Amino acid sequence: MTNEPEIDISSIDFSDLEKKYTVEDDGSYMNKFIIVDGAPIAPESKVPILTKVLKKLFSAVGELQDDSIHMPLEDGKTKGYLFIGYKTAEGANEAVKKLHGKKLDQQHRLLVNKFSDMDEYLTDFNDEFKEPATYKLPSTKVLDSWLLDEQARDQFSLEMGNIAGIYWYKHGFPPTPVVEPRVNWTELFTKFSPKGSYFLSVHKLGIHAWGGEDFKSIHKFYHPGVRLIDFSPDERYLVTLSPEPITLPAKNHPARASFPFKQEDVGNKLVIWDFQTGLPCRTFALPPDLEKEKKMTWPLVKWSYDSKYCARKGPGAIAVYEAPSFQLVNKKLLNAPGVAEFEWAPAGVRTETQKKGEEPEHLLAYWSPEQINLPAKVAVVQVPTNSIVRTVNLTNVTDCKLYWHDNGSYLCCKVDRHTRSKKTIFSYLEFFKVTKKDIPVIKLELKEAVTTFAWEPTSERFGIITTDDVQGTTPNKMNVSFYAPEISKGKVNTETVWRPFRTIGGKNSNAIVFSPKGRFVVAATLNAGSGDLDFYDLDFEGERNENDTKFKVKASFKQLAHHGYHGITHLQWEDSGRFVAGWSSVWKHTSDNGFKIYNFAGILQIEDQVEAFKKFSWRARPKSILTEEDKKKVEENLEQYSAQFEELDSMEADANLREIIMRRKKLLKEWKEYRDFVEAHLKELGLYEEEKKEDVEVIEEVREEILEEKEEIVD
Amino acid sequence: MRPILLKGHERPLSQVKFNRDGDLLFSVSKDSVASIWYSSNGERLGTLNGHSGAISAIDIDPTTTFAITGSADFSAKLWRVETGECIFTWNTVTPVRGVEFNKDASKVLVLTAEVMGHPGTISIYPVDFTKEEQSTEPLLVIKRQPELGVFTVAGWSYGDKYIIAGHNDGSISKIDAETGEFLETAKYHEGIVTDLQFSPDRTYFITSSKDQSAVLVDVLEFKLLKQYQAKAPVNSAVITPVKDYIILGGGQDAKDVTTTKSADGKFESKIFHKIFKDEIGRIKGHFGPINTIAIHPKGTGFASGGEDGYVRLHHFDQPYFDFQYDVEKTAAATNKASLQTAS
Repeated sequence: MTNEPEIDISSIDFSDLEKKYTVEDDGSYMNKFIIVDGAPIAPESKVPILTKVLKKLFSAVGELQDDSIHMPLEDGKTKGYLFIGYKTAEGANEAVKKLHGKKLDQQHRLLVNKFSDMDEYLTDFNDEFKEPATYKLPSTKVLDSWLLDEQARDQFSLEMGNIAGIYWYKHGFPPTPVVEPRVNWTELFTKFSPKGSYFLSVHKLGIHAWGGEDFKSIHKFYHPGVRLIDFSPDERYLVTLSPEPITLPAKNHPARASFPFKQEDVGNKLVIWDFQTGLPCRTFALPPDLEKEKKMTWPLVKWSYDSKYCARKGPGAIAVYEAPSFQLVNKKLLNAPGVAEFEWAPAGVRTETQKKGEEPEHLLAYWSPEQINLPAKVAVVQVPTNSIVRTVNLTNVTDCKLYWHDNGSYLCCKVDRHTRSKKTIFSYLEFFKVTKKDIPVIKLELKEAVTTFAWEPTSERFGIITTDDVQGTTPNKMNVSFYAPEISKGKVNTETVWRPFRTIGGKNSNAIVFSPKGRFVVAATLNAGSGDLDFYDLDFEGERNENDTKFKVKASFKQLAHHGYHGITHLQWEDSGRFVAGWSSVWKHTSDNGFKIYNFAGILQIEDQVEAFKKFSWRARPKSILTEEDKKKVEENLEQYSAQFEELDSMEADANLREIIMRRKKLLKEWKEYRDFVEAHLKELGLYEEEKKEDVEVIEEVREEILEEKEEIVD
Repeated sequence: MRPILLKGHERPLSQVKFNRDGDLLFSVSKDSVASIWYSSNGERLGTLNGHSGAISAIDIDPTTTFAITGSADFSAKLWRVETGECIFTWNTVTPVRGVEFNKDASKVLVLTAEVMGHPGTISIYPVDFTKEEQSTEPLLVIKRQPELGVFTVAGWSYGDKYIIAGHNDGSISKIDAETGEFLETAKYHEGIVTDLQFSPDRTYFITSSKDQSAVLVDVLEFKLLKQYQAKAPVNSAVITPVKDYIILGGGQDAKDVTTTKSADGKFESKIFHKIFKDEIGRIKGHFGPINTIAIHPKGTGFASGGEDGYVRLHHFDQPYFDFQYDVEKTAAATNKASLQTAS
């Protein structure tokens, strides 16, 4: 090499060669080539076959250049990647679009990329690892921070006029706002989620979710015209309904890219959203029979206790979907001819036949009215097998309502039957003991129509309101009764028989609302102009209860309070069972709008009359995380705890009182100053008049009344 | 506090007023008759007959010799109280809405309604009780300013210096009683000003409004002193002497009453603490809205007249006078102590 003479490279003219071999690179040339990775590593002998296969595959999307497949070899084997040249750039583009990710066989998935992309993405590739910038979520603090309140206060929301606000409520103190009440927080109404994590405001364009310590914005759900909203019990899914069918923006509209709905959602009205991502999971059109309805039954989508399944009623069938895919369970509808209504068991059902450790069952019950040649029936269905585990046939049925016990142990089916003349209505209560084998049904016959039924959430007792006046229009014709299982031989009868232990007649009540913790219950007359509330204790600990039964039952009735509440429209217990709120909403009528809060014993705590008051809502609490033992411990040390809280309360009360006194002192001082100023002014004008001590003239009025006149003749 | 029910009117009451001594109560109603009652026992002394239309207002001179009434029959009449005879009639072009003597009853203001294209005015006439014939030539006619609403109520301030008027747009104005010049206006209400009554020394006044509130306003600086929320339209408001209270009367509008029960009408008199603005009591009883309230000049009782045609005459019980906030007690005690040391 050294012998060769030095040649100045720059002096050589390569132009002819350059011209010959130059690649016209305006970008279009390299665009015609693709790199295919993920191909099988094959011995040299198999190369022709592989080439043939790939040629067939890749030529399907565009015309290839002659002899265009180049497969590099190494040690007599292909390297698993190859280069293909198309005649046009479009061909290459098509290949990337259609064949990227194509499965050649079980083990091999082809990865197709454009050759030019390699330059674009790999030239400046930096090997050094750089930490990606983490996107900082707007801090809402912990969603359940309010539960950590040291004084264990409750929160509630108020809607009045165009203002909505959230307040702390503490026994014996006026409510204090959590955040400054917001004007136009909502355009329709607000709602707390079922565990109280979120506060939702409903607007014309959709739903806005708020949460955290200062109720900052969390999510927006775009659903124009939304009217009704509902949550799955675990807050994972949000269901919304709008009377306006979904439409998409125009194809090239910039909003289209960020639009939550797709082509297949067009025309649908019911949407299930994933709450966390804020994206729709599935949308539905309304069944045609519901389209005509003026008043929508809600919720349209009902959820199983654990939100694993949800179901919708259709004509003659129930559609049960599995979350999170929202595909039909078993890929088919649950056939339910003539179904009128259905309800999920609100808790997992542990049946006798189940083995230990097995997941409790998901049950739902539906009923269908009489059809030609078919009696009315109530059926209990097990999901996901969709097998009917129990049916009961009924005749002469006017209406039927399904009431699951909160712990899923019983299903009570209130059957309103009519006599042959259809003039009188009387009710049966059919109790399905769903935990027992073969689900025995116990029937309770009543001679009157039952208008309201309510289970006590913590026991097997229940309350009903009955009347023999079907329209419920005659005043004082309602009877409120409470039932408990009969105790025989010292324990609750296994063949449970319910006995009424107290009936209160001559009422107007139309609602029975149990405390979420049981024992206390309110019977109320709502939406009836002159409303009233009756507070009852079912486990009265005093000596003389007011039971009126000769049967032995585990109940001790006592009326605690009675309040008239003019115009009351709604009633809601606080989740801890400490307070109950009643309110009179402007949505129902315009007089005496406002709210009142009572404690569980029916003692009025606060009341406020508010112009255009719309809605009161306690913030829901999630289930307690305390174990039974923890709870017992708390109960044992209750005195100590309550002493601590009372001390805090009185300290705070003192502070409040001091503040009030200081304020009053200031006002009084200001007033005195004002008066002194005015009096000085009057004196200046010579108009001041000393307060004269006038002699009060006392007028004595003697009134004589003749009580009796008697004439006696004296001799 | 058992009220005496005065059943003498057949139509809704429009005004009740005590004379200066407080021994007589005057009431006027839409039935075109004015009644005079003994305030101690509710016995009727007599009536003033002569108007041919609803009477809207009445006032009595300080010596209770004469009374003036204003009526929708386009007149204001001067009466001799002792005999009940009408001694003079002023004829007006529109119905009379209000009448009030000045301090020494040498002048009277007559407020007329704005109807049939005639502007509402406040006219001040001279009165001379030595003669029967009175001048029909007003000393001053105050026309309403175009930017303000129609006059609804008016009265004389301390020293007869100003006339305070309320308007139907919720504003109030201070007018020079000599020149008729509008000195100040303020808008403390959102609805019609329904009543205007002064403190005993006429240095501040209370106005009530359909906007469900009442406000206490200072005459001199025309500033808002206090505001009271009644949660129902207020038709009448009064400042009590002796105790630092105010009494509001009202209730749902008469036109809406038929659609609601008496329980939601809030036909109550409400007593508020004047300085602390707390509501401290309610007096129920009327079965229609309360149109007018008057306080006994010695602060021993009050009368309310309702749309229901009844006047309820209340005499306060001892607890009314005894009630005191702790801060008031302390203030009174310190005041007393300082007076003693001074003397």
